[in-house]
Amino acid sequence: MKNHIYLDNAATTRPAPNVIETVVQCLENIYGNPSSVHRLGVEAEKVVARAREAVARILKADPKEIIFTSGGSESNNLAIKGSAYSLANRGKHIITTSIEHASVYSVCQDLEEDGFTVTYLPVNEQGIVKVEELEKALREDTILVTIMHVNNETGAVQPLEEIAKIIKKARGDKKLPVWHVDAVQTLGKLPLNPKKLGINFVSLSAHKAHGPKGTGALYIADGTTVRPQISGGGQERGIRSGTENVPAIAGFGAAVSNIKDIKQDSRHMAALRELLVEGILENIPGTRLNGPPPGSQHAAPHIANISFAGVRGEVLLHYLEGEGIYVSTGSACSSRKESEHRVLRSMGLKEEEMEGAIRFSFSTQNTEEEVKTVIKKLKESVKELRSFG
Amino acid sequence: MVSSMFLIRYEEIGIKGKNRYIFENQLVANIKQALTSLGRAKIKTMQGRMLVDIGDIDPAAASHRLSRIFGIASFSPVARVKADTDKIYQAAKAALENAMEKEDTAPGEKITFRVTAKRADKSFPLTSMELAKEVGAYLLKNVPNLKVDLHNPRIIVSIDIRQGQAFIFSDKIPGPGGLPLGTSGKGVLLISGGIDSPVAGWMTMKRGVEIEAVHFHSFPFTGEKSKQKVIDLCRVLAGYSGKIKLHIVHFTDIQKAIHKTCQEDFRITVMRRFMFRIAQRIAEKNGALALVTGESVGQVSSQTLQNMLAINEVTKLPVLRPLVAFDKNEIVALARKIKTYDISIQPYEDCCTLFLPKSPITTKPRLGVILKAESRLNVDEMVEDAMGKIETLTITEDYK
Repeated sequence: MKNHIYLDNAATTRPAPNVIETVVQCLENIYGNPSSVHRLGVEAEKVVARAREAVARILKADPKEIIFTSGGSESNNLAIKGSAYSLANRGKHIITTSIEHASVYSVCQDLEEDGFTVTYLPVNEQGIVKVEELEKALREDTILVTIMHVNNETGAVQPLEEIAKIIKKARGDKKLPVWHVDAVQTLGKLPLNPKKLGINFVSLSAHKAHGPKGTGALYIADGTTVRPQISGGGQERGIRSGTENVPAIAGFGAAVSNIKDIKQDSRHMAALRELLVEGILENIPGTRLNGPPPGSQHAAPHIANISFAGVRGEVLLHYLEGEGIYVSTGSACSSRKESEHRVLRSMGLKEEEMEGAIRFSFSTQNTEEEVKTVIKKLKESVKELRSFG
Repeated sequence: MVSSMFLIRYEEIGIKGKNRYIFENQLVANIKQALTSLGRAKIKTMQGRMLVDIGDIDPAAASHRLSRIFGIASFSPVARVKADTDKIYQAAKAALENAMEKEDTAPGEKITFRVTAKRADKSFPLTSMELAKEVGAYLLKNVPNLKVDLHNPRIIVSIDIRQGQAFIFSDKIPGPGGLPLGTSGKGVLLISGGIDSPVAGWMTMKRGVEIEAVHFHSFPFTGEKSKQKVIDLCRVLAGYSGKIKLHIVHFTDIQKAIHKTCQEDFRITVMRRFMFRIAQRIAEKNGALALVTGESVGQVSSQTLQNMLAINEVTKLPVLRPLVAFDKNEIVALARKIKTYDISIQPYEDCCTLFLPKSPITTKPRLGVILKAESRLNVDEMVEDAMGKIETLTITEDYK
């Protein structure tokens, strides 16, 4: 994999060497069940506890507010279904946005089938939710607001502080609505302090931040109730039963502990993003950035979504693959369904612009050299592919 | 019935004349080959049937393999006993009880059955009718919850007397029919990843024709996943044939050249002509005598008779189009049956989808126009170049 340029870090990241080491060590040596009362069980329990502390630290939370899950999708499901059903007697209205990840969006649609009412807030042309619409949408019976932090397709950072103020006002001296934030794309890129913002739930995923796949976490603010979606042996304080995925959780802990200076990491990625965006927009005609421009406070440091007019994203993707450059079209989990371009469509893109959209996403491991190579290869490939348009 | 014997029927081979032995020998070889990874089987041919002794092989696994061997019309797990009434009674009872175990019945409900008998060996003392009656009476007396129904029974116990032996069975499993693979030469199948071509390949194999597949890959216009899809389809086909050679032709340069020189409305026809030329070269190299495609008249605009004529013009090999008169729903039904459908419908681009022109292509291409367009291309050199970049894989059912 030496000469490859990996710019698909929003899909998944390469596990850090010490993460791999931790997982392997754990598989070899810490094979006890954390629920067992003998020494091997206690050892495993300790590994999970250390990881929990590490994840709590990054959110400035208490370890008991962290529940390990199988990843972002499960965390989103647990937070949304778990709170909607436990609060159904207080109201049946939910507010979300038109740009959420499928594991939020589809859950909301399921809940609509089940008698809940959902308001989908619109976004502007940069993919940022219209905050004033939130104010209008809030009702007496609104029990849950679920708005993501960083959009996975465009990198648009949602204005959580403004949203926090509106929700705080709506709550008055009640505790409702509760607020869930899908922060899967946040980890290692931007700081997030749920307590300060009055967020009740935060979803995280390990493999988006150089951890292993198959594990993630849900932050549940102290005092917030949730109905478990998996019942059984009562692990994770009864909220998420099932024997803990100890090696992956340990790897998650290691990955999170690697995040030392978010500001510096973020600056590094933002500089690469700026270099790429400017390089493409200036050198390749017929391109447009889908999402906030470099320098904007709403631009995540690591995601740039760009449309190449007259080129099919999938073909460009394969062309770059042939050059050892890995990117994504839109979002990695989409297929050829109508729903494929839901996020870009809600930003008002034309069909052709959506067809030709490519997502570049960075990690701290990417370099300026790589970005320059990518721009050069893009210039060549777009020119050639357009000749076959 | 837990049996280590299978009785194999092969209707069509049975009507062959003097060269019937060729087909029988091939079928014996194919059955042995299909079972070889499970263990050793002994096969005996006898009066238009075959008896397979599977020894220690798991009968369920053997049965699964037999059900996919071309040339087998049907087969039955069978008990073989000496042609002696007492022994026949016992074996018939076992066969019946075994079949009853598989039947779902309400408490107290009686299961309908009948006995059929055939006597190829006329030295057996009872006639077929008498034997069937006797065995039926015995079963009725000795097995509870039974009722005779001659017309629409749930269970049929069959007895076949041949050469001093009796074969008893209660289960008849259909095979794919057709002719044993390898008795009709070899063909080169143009496989795309869609629904039709694998079905066409299967149908051709069913007529005894061995298949080598050729796939045209146009990276970056199609990705790794579409190549994997074709490999997966070949794995399914290999389940019927043991293995399949897959030739992957890197087709991008040719597509680009066509794109540059040819008018949009007959690009597909020119592209198909290149595919046929390359497939013919592969056929010649590998001793194949025909090309096979999944085309069906009028299904898409490149599959009109006019287009077929223009495409056929580049090859002297016969082009087999087993689906030529099939409706799409008939093809889909067959694709489901042979288990290629779920793979075929996975949504990855194939090389044609991406090269589809924006406006409809001509359904009546004039050969003159096509020849003129091709005269601007160095056809021989392009074909030669593609032949030099072929990747050949041997695909088995468990290919990784």
